[in-house]
Amino acid sequence: MPHAPQPSDSYPLVRNVGLDGMLVSFADTMTEPSNRAALAFRGALEAARWDGVIETSTSLASAYVRFDPLQIPHADIATRLNVLLATCDWYAEALPTGRKLWRVPTVYGTDLAPQLEDAAAAAGLSASDAITRLAASRVRVLTIGFAPGQPYLGPLGPEFNIPRLQELNPMVPEGALVLAISQFVLFSGPTPTGWRHVGQTAFRCFRPEMAQSFALNPGDEMMFEPITKSELDQIRANNADGTGGATCEEITT
Amino acid sequence: MSLIVHRIGPACTIQDQGRQGYLDQGLSRSGAADLLALFEGAALLGQSPTLAALEMAGMGGEFEASQDTAIALTGAPMQASIDGSAIAWNASHQLLKGQRLSLGAVLKGGYGYLHLAGGIDTPVVLGSRAVHVTAKVGQGVQVGDTLPAGADTARTGMKLTPAPRLTGGTLRIVPSFQTALFAQETLDRFEAIEFTRGPRANRMGMQMETAGEGFAAAGQLNILSEVITQGDIQMTGTGNPFILLPECQTTGGYPRIGTVLPCDLPRAAQTPAGAPVRFQFVTLEDAATAQASFVKELTKLPGKVEPLIRDPHDIPDLLSYQLISGMISASDTPPTQET
Repeated sequence: MPHAPQPSDSYPLVRNVGLDGMLVSFADTMTEPSNRAALAFRGALEAARWDGVIETSTSLASAYVRFDPLQIPHADIATRLNVLLATCDWYAEALPTGRKLWRVPTVYGTDLAPQLEDAAAAAGLSASDAITRLAASRVRVLTIGFAPGQPYLGPLGPEFNIPRLQELNPMVPEGALVLAISQFVLFSGPTPTGWRHVGQTAFRCFRPEMAQSFALNPGDEMMFEPITKSELDQIRANNADGTGGATCEEITT
Repeated sequence: MSLIVHRIGPACTIQDQGRQGYLDQGLSRSGAADLLALFEGAALLGQSPTLAALEMAGMGGEFEASQDTAIALTGAPMQASIDGSAIAWNASHQLLKGQRLSLGAVLKGGYGYLHLAGGIDTPVVLGSRAVHVTAKVGQGVQVGDTLPAGADTARTGMKLTPAPRLTGGTLRIVPSFQTALFAQETLDRFEAIEFTRGPRANRMGMQMETAGEGFAAAGQLNILSEVITQGDIQMTGTGNPFILLPECQTTGGYPRIGTVLPCDLPRAAQTPAGAPVRFQFVTLEDAATAQASFVKELTKLPGKVEPLIRDPHDIPDLLSYQLISGMISASDTPPTQET
């Protein structure tokens, strides 16, 4: 007999992930408050340093904790999570401190990012208008996943809530900026994708050979500032650190 | 000491227990597909189970010792010989300088393991030696590579009777946070029928096949991408289950019907193509008890190692001894452990 948990629609929800994980979900859709709540709650989990907790992470709208169930029984960790949840309104919490703002030089369109015009059309915009809006968008690292170091970024304006492609893009290169469902992904390696390839950067999200292997953290913010193809060529010629000409500053709010 | 690789199968990687602390960066744990085999090899050589070994999917390789050393072989057995003389699997052996260890195709199961004295001492990357092919953290072993050993010697001439896990069988699963997305009759059917391990399998996951209809969840295509853990049973768009293994992605949008217990993952990973698999839901409490028992058994492994008595069946050139001396030579009687 399966022992399926009963579905519930009252968030936040505390549920198990297999034998050794718990998931605290703040919504079943990605919204700015649910993402912020997930980031803030994960920050509180990290600060709490419970014995038996192995690691924590966030997804778009949930915080995840992996633990040793032989050290903390499920009932105990569920109780602790619920107690922590009750301490404040997580949807109203501030984002974690220590976040950074990255400004990444980006070629929009051209043969380097051939689906910019297609994406603009899907958003009901001219190509130049789409570039202006995308370049002005300051997006948050909503989560990192699918591939190492690879950020999901958003939210973009509602005009960019365009669906994924029916036919997969056979391959986009590392540093590709792709767009769908009001989000960017900045690819950390060559990948097939159903998202539209609208920009190209020389920014490496994952640098396994370097001491600082991961460039970004959830909650960081990014802007993708337009440059020309020849400017990108110059950046690539001098990109030993993998930053692709990006600048980085602490967010102090 | 090191082993020089003269021949190598297409999917051989250095693995330990994997890395933790990088899920938030999208990097899954990796590590040995059959964790139990790591512990068995460590017990045979009398060393730490945190050391790295060579994981060989389906096919081994040929290795030459640069100095005298000690090896152990665990997991899925392969045809194994040293300089042409067959050697026992689930055992530790001395490998002398210049001798060649030859490991062929897997005979049963999926993943064989070659352990070296002191572990395979490749560089630690992000806290682990585990190669993660999908994430491009390290790569598969190539011809011409050398596998550096962490020590010159270890105990040899020992054997271990492994827990049976190479032919599929029943995998215990717990309900997980998306189990409730599946209708009760779907869950019942999932638990009632027998699956066959499909042809598609690697360190990311393995496909399960069944003749009947697929196992769809409600709102399957509109599920927010969520956390994935090893052992998750993911339903693809066609409703075919995949058991996710150490190189799985950290998040994904396909719903998961349940999660295989960590203690049953060695059996899952070792299931060969075509072998039968069934799934059985257990409660979190029962799962924790089963896992505790598994962990306890791991700690007992060193005490279960016993001397490898040379069996006449293991000596293929027995006949030649007899031809030379007319009887088994005095030095070979009584049978002794390998030295």
